[in-house]
Amino acid sequence: MRSKTLALLLGVGLALTACTTEEQQTDTITLLTHDSFWGGVTDETFATFTTETGISVEVLPAGDAGSMVNQAILTKDRPVADVLFGVDDTFLSRAVEAGIFLIYRSPLLSQVPDGIAAIDEHVTPIDFGDVCLNYDRAVISDAAAPMTLDDLTGARFSGQLVVENPATSSPGLAFLLATIARYGEDGWQDYWRSLVANGVKVAPDWDTAYYADFTRWGGDRPLVVSYASSPPAEVVFSETPIDIAPTGVVTDGCYRQVEFAGILAGTPKEDAARQLIDFMLSVEFQEQIPLTWFVFPANELAALPAEFVAHTVIPSAPLRLPPTNVERNRERWIAEWTEIVLP
Amino acid sequence: MTRRWTTAALSVIPVVFLGYLFVWPVSRILATAGLSGFAEVIGDPRLRASAWFTLWQAGVSTVATVLIALPLTSVISRFSFPGRSLVRAAVTVPFVLPTVVVGAAFLALGVEGSALAIIVAHVFYNLAIVVRTVGSVWSRIDPAPAEAARTLGASRWRAFREITLPLLRPSIAAAASLVFLFSFTSFGVVLILGGLRYRTIEVEIYQQAVTFLDLPTAGALALAQLVGIALVLVLYTRSQERRAVRFKLIPESASLRRPATGGQWALVFGVVAVTLGAQLTPLAVLVGRSLRGGTAGWAFLASPGNLAVRPLEAIGNTLLFAGVAAAIALTIGLLSATVLARSRGQVSRWFDIILMLPLGTSAVTIGFGFLVALDRPIDLRGTLVLVPLAHALVAIPFVVRATLPTLRTIREELRDAGAVLGASPSRVWREVDLPIVARAAAVGAGFAAAISIGEFGATSFIVRPDTITVPTLIFRLLGRPGAVTYTGAMALAVILMVVTAALILAVDRVRSDALGDF
Repeated sequence: MRSKTLALLLGVGLALTACTTEEQQTDTITLLTHDSFWGGVTDETFATFTTETGISVEVLPAGDAGSMVNQAILTKDRPVADVLFGVDDTFLSRAVEAGIFLIYRSPLLSQVPDGIAAIDEHVTPIDFGDVCLNYDRAVISDAAAPMTLDDLTGARFSGQLVVENPATSSPGLAFLLATIARYGEDGWQDYWRSLVANGVKVAPDWDTAYYADFTRWGGDRPLVVSYASSPPAEVVFSETPIDIAPTGVVTDGCYRQVEFAGILAGTPKEDAARQLIDFMLSVEFQEQIPLTWFVFPANELAALPAEFVAHTVIPSAPLRLPPTNVERNRERWIAEWTEIVLP
Repeated sequence: MTRRWTTAALSVIPVVFLGYLFVWPVSRILATAGLSGFAEVIGDPRLRASAWFTLWQAGVSTVATVLIALPLTSVISRFSFPGRSLVRAAVTVPFVLPTVVVGAAFLALGVEGSALAIIVAHVFYNLAIVVRTVGSVWSRIDPAPAEAARTLGASRWRAFREITLPLLRPSIAAAASLVFLFSFTSFGVVLILGGLRYRTIEVEIYQQAVTFLDLPTAGALALAQLVGIALVLVLYTRSQERRAVRFKLIPESASLRRPATGGQWALVFGVVAVTLGAQLTPLAVLVGRSLRGGTAGWAFLASPGNLAVRPLEAIGNTLLFAGVAAAIALTIGLLSATVLARSRGQVSRWFDIILMLPLGTSAVTIGFGFLVALDRPIDLRGTLVLVPLAHALVAIPFVVRATLPTLRTIREELRDAGAVLGASPSRVWREVDLPIVARAAAVGAGFAAAISIGEFGATSFIVRPDTITVPTLIFRLLGRPGAVTYTGAMALAVILMVVTAALILAVDRVRSDALGDF
């Protein structure tokens, strides 16, 4: 019995090794990314790139954005991939300071509007998303929806809001940063005290906030911190075709997250890596972005799909903070937030 | 002399496996993190509070799990009744469910925001460990001595306490140690059901390493977690050595009996109904959610459009990984348990502790450790091979704990008799040890498969090529808003339950067919 087991093991081991060696024989480039990007990759995602350049793309998921950046930093001397995609403003300065990226300026950067252009020559913006309040239209009409962050502290929305914990959730952190950008380093604490007094609920992550606490999904909170792209997603993944999104977006107080790609230092395939980044910024790839990952393309020449045009707006004045500022203060801000909200 | 050499030779493979996949990666990542984080950890009252919470909730969860599991184990181990193996399979199902999904079910039932919620969830997850580990011994204890005691006037309780309990104690302790380790490193359950006020060291490590990218503090916490676990394990292994009682196990067919009186039927029915009722309620919630708004979620799974959602491929991969992981865990685990059963003293005690440690080590520590350590002699980082190896690493403690109490009951005279009659050591093992330990080994293998299917704990941080398994597919679906993605994720969770229950039933069946009902 034992020898059979060993034989089985050896067989599977050999099969697995055979798979990896075979892949390495063709020209392959490895893309380290976070799980949510990986979740949307299909056989078609990089098909055009492979046809045009002869280079196939292997995608290596590495957990959430923070986990991915940390893994790239830990393997700096012997990188596991050639290109990294998915680092956002909040983790950017740590990644750049650690020296994990090579400098690259794509010729396509001229097609990226100033509002989302890279702040650093090591990385290339690929997409952006806005973390915004969503409301359940079955409970709150468009006319009655909050107009500004200030409205949330009023009696009208008492006990109606659920947010995510910034310590464990990326949209939760974005919303905290939005309030810091809006009310300033000395004013955000009072704003949150008012939210607490007004009965804000805190969920550990977006899944719980959206699927357990939001009224749309059976909870008791008609206001949730989610994304500007959530209403189109509700339409696209509806059980029966619908014309009107069941949720709406509050366009004030949105926090903009830009996601970047960079070439990992130490790669022996710098040229192929540049080609991949150019492809990811090309109109062809950029037009796949909205309906696959529910974020917005960085290239302004890419057309938005009808579902996005109909069911959401790109906030005109999103809030942002400089990456170095976020990097320096994140831990302290989260600690202060925890003191105020979860004493 | 030869015996010592045989024992040493048997330990080579487990030692190399653990050294390369656990000791080396963990030492490398701790060395990378450095020791500068210690002052911060010790000085921070919040971190100290988390450490204390980790310890006491793990203790309470363990005691609660054992106390709640024992009545069910007793009924399943002493009586044969229709649906008995189904009940055993059913209690194992929660084991593989992603915490996001179970958390959602508990929240829907109104359990949230307290330490009690965390403990209830730990009992829900870990009940199977006690039922199956203790059950594999209990069902094979000869009932005659306890019956004799009853005839001589001992109360039911006294007969249990003085005759059955001492024989069960090693396997109860073994199961309790596994429950403790699981609860100690609990992550998802604590995040979702803790009302965000309760935090384990595991949660702190994750937050320091992943959110704040503060490796020194995370490293100090990881070391504290390792030392804490090691201390508990030292106490545990000591108590086990002293308690080992050698006795003869009898075939299950000879100990099980049908409930004879109406009272016994009522007992069996009552205990099974209450425990299973509590255990199955959250599962029923998930089934209900998968059917919210009709069968759209199921239809979506069948034709998901361009979403890279391929449920059949995910199930195939999941089962393949589970099979390989179980085979590796069974091989290494049985070798290790054999070595432990044959030897005593300081060296074997530490070997036992190191075997258990992967289960009590933070997922982040192991995942990041693999990244910094496994680039030589060949670069294994980011390869598919690591997935079943990591699953096996976490599953080995289950095989060891499931088999060791049984192996320790084997009387040395049996082996000596074989040797005197001219059997080689391997033949003695095959013909004496193996038949006796087969049932317990099957229990261990079942858990190994379940651990791999559930992809939790230390295995969730392994960077691997784009391979879909059922749990990762559930995460993918939950990550985006929309009716069909949500019900589709719940439908997948239901598929995961059914596949697991079927697999556990099959493992139980194959074992009794292939090896006789010993």
